[in-house]
Amino acid sequence: MLDFPRWKQLWFWFIALAAMAAAVPSFVSVAGYAWPAALPNPKINLGLDLAGGSHLLLEANPDQVTSLRLESKEEEVRNALSKASHPVQIGDISNKDGSLSFMVSNPADVDAAREAVLPLTNGAGLSGQRDWDIKVVDTTRIVLTPTKAGIDQAVTDAMSTATEVVRKRIDALGTREPTIIKQGTDRIVVQVPGLKDPTALKALLGQTAKLEFKLVDTTASPTDVQSGVAPPGDEIVPYASGAGALAVKRLGGIKGDQLTSAHQVFDQQTGEPQVSINFNQAGGEKFAKLTTENVGHPFAIILDGKVLSAPNINTAILGGSAVISGSFTTQSANQLAIALSSGALPIDLKVVEERTVGPDLGADSIHKGAIAMGVGTLAVVIFMAVTYGRFGMYANAAVIINVIMILGIMAVFNTTLTLPGIAGFVLTIGAAVDANVLINERIREERHRGRKVFQAVELGYKEASRTIFDANITHIISAVLMFVLGSGPIKGFAVVLMIGIVTSVFTSVYLTRMWVASWLRKTRPNDITI
Amino acid sequence: MRLLKLVPDHTNIHFLKWQWPTTIISVALMVLSWVLIFTHGLNLGVDFKGGQMIRVTFTQSATVSTAQVRSEVESLGFGEPIIQTYGAPNEISIRLGLPEGSDKNPAAAEAMAKTVSAKLKADHADARIDGVDSVSGKVSGELWTIAIKALGAAALAISIFIWYRFEWQFGVGALISLIHDVTLVLGLFAITQMEFDLTTVAAILTVIGYSLNDTIVVYDRIRENLKKFRKMPLPELLDLSVNETLARTVVTSGTMLITLLALALLGPKVIFGFSAALILGIFVCTYSSIYAAAPMLIWLKVTPSSFVATESKLDRQERLAREQR
Repeated sequence: MLDFPRWKQLWFWFIALAAMAAAVPSFVSVAGYAWPAALPNPKINLGLDLAGGSHLLLEANPDQVTSLRLESKEEEVRNALSKASHPVQIGDISNKDGSLSFMVSNPADVDAAREAVLPLTNGAGLSGQRDWDIKVVDTTRIVLTPTKAGIDQAVTDAMSTATEVVRKRIDALGTREPTIIKQGTDRIVVQVPGLKDPTALKALLGQTAKLEFKLVDTTASPTDVQSGVAPPGDEIVPYASGAGALAVKRLGGIKGDQLTSAHQVFDQQTGEPQVSINFNQAGGEKFAKLTTENVGHPFAIILDGKVLSAPNINTAILGGSAVISGSFTTQSANQLAIALSSGALPIDLKVVEERTVGPDLGADSIHKGAIAMGVGTLAVVIFMAVTYGRFGMYANAAVIINVIMILGIMAVFNTTLTLPGIAGFVLTIGAAVDANVLINERIREERHRGRKVFQAVELGYKEASRTIFDANITHIISAVLMFVLGSGPIKGFAVVLMIGIVTSVFTSVYLTRMWVASWLRKTRPNDITI
Repeated sequence: MRLLKLVPDHTNIHFLKWQWPTTIISVALMVLSWVLIFTHGLNLGVDFKGGQMIRVTFTQSATVSTAQVRSEVESLGFGEPIIQTYGAPNEISIRLGLPEGSDKNPAAAEAMAKTVSAKLKADHADARIDGVDSVSGKVSGELWTIAIKALGAAALAISIFIWYRFEWQFGVGALISLIHDVTLVLGLFAITQMEFDLTTVAAILTVIGYSLNDTIVVYDRIRENLKKFRKMPLPELLDLSVNETLARTVVTSGTMLITLLALALLGPKVIFGFSAALILGIFVCTYSSIYAAAPMLIWLKVTPSSFVATESKLDRQERLAREQR
């Protein structure tokens, strides 16, 4: 037990020193020195509760994907049928209760209609599963129902796109080191350290930024519009300002998904903030066509289902760029520009959880946490020294190495240190000495039973090791469960605890035994003070 | 050099003499805790209840009247706020339910936090908003389920481990003393109405780990002595085992208390509740490992023969070697 071959000793020292060395860059950066770029630079991240910043949990409503898909499918079906080699006349097309159904005017065309629509129902994925079920009912009515596989795929796609859009928008804000992670099927976690005011961020993420240009139906009767009744082929869209609504043509408009860029600019005459947009080739041509055909007519600029403005088309706009005005502030114009150029969210996101920590509180927490850690460690060191003398000092050396090793390992794995993590640290210090207490008490006991020094020390380590193993396994079990099941603060705590348990067994059992053994061999004492 | 000995050598306290009084105390405390939990309830934070919490530090003032802040916030018409100081008397948290319909309209929650912050800054020049937590009802419900699952799974997994390593009686004994310890800590939260949030759950999970740690050390010695002194009557053997491990129990509890006191008194105020829960947990765990975990084995009828059947080859070799010596 007390026999330590040279290679084993070297190996132990190597492990301890390597783990401790990994902690150095973190300390250097805290002290404000620059770490040479050529060297490896493992670092502990500070959690939002220590660095200050915002944590947002965004949630999408998957049902929305379904209804949006139905809408676009409706247009696809219309196009497919009218452009088929043998165009099919249809009456009354509607999407209700999650499926799309339409009547074929001439019952003889049913099969042709089915053929024409069939390609629209195949999944794009490799699974070979159908996106939509297609069914002919009542001999003239065709019903398209989305399949579960299709819906799931669509939601997954929408969330991936949404995550990308969120990333682009946050990058555009110029914040440093944001974390953006998709969580589960319908959530996105956004963490931005050091952000003082999350308001702009939330406003930006809360904006779907779906831009549409639609022709205003000037023939609609104002009373109908007011009472919300849309004339055939129209829809009623409210003004963003809240003042009234407009009837616009459902079809024939342009969507804003063909933009190449958007910038905030100022109106040269009035000095009002505006957003200038540039279309890509296809979008520009479409836009030119729309404006050329409708000179003199008003068209509505619609953002997220609300009318921003409805200017008259004075001349055809051919250059592929346009300006959106609509009582913006500089900030809101800038925000819209960012939202538009990063693309529309395929699905609305709402904030279901927000945690913001001011940077002052974070700094305060680090400061106080460090003091608590220092005082706690010092008190334990003194306590152990007066309780176990030389053996207590070995335990103390082990605890100090343990603390630095934990920091080093956290740095290597790029772990995040949170406030509960600091608590985990303090707790680890308290618990780490437990192993040495068990061992030392056992040595005391064996000495009282009259065993010789060597034998007492050997038995002390051997008998206590079993207890230490059992006790630490229970700790590991609870730490692992905290990590797997927990969220936020619980996870941060569990990480430190898990690392701490492993390193504390290494330092308090193996390292101290090595030191004790070499001391015993060197001095061969007849009695020990313990 | 004379070393400090908190527990003198050859201590021999007749612990089981107080078996009945302590059992009555333990049961009474548990019942009291449950009554408190059901009557007072736990003061659930926004993590578990949903809503909004705004933390404010009044940087110039030494103390702040919570009644005044309450009336200021109430005047805004967002409903009844829960106002608490946490740690220092100039650091307060304001808790409010989220406005109705904010699940659909996050801007409402946003506007609420802004209005409250503006009001506080207007009324108190030194108010510093330290953080805003806003958790929707759906998320808080999920967090609650997760927390309960984590607690339950931890208790169960560890008990099974003990059952596997020891004997079923030990697993049951550990589980019961675990329930005892957690109940008392929950009772503390019910009576003090300290905020119960995710961090508190971490504290309770730690109490679970520590409770078992302590119990295992005692159980381990009981198992060892059961093998060693096969003829000794069980009460006497339990007393012997507890006494033998007493010094370790006291010293370890001591070091844990030292570090936790440092954390509670000097550490960040946000985790004061966490440290407080752990400090009580240490006391309760130490008590229960002496007075609850050991006597339980008598009622569960542990006998030396409990170990004959399950004695492993290695244990057997060790025992034989010991007997030969």
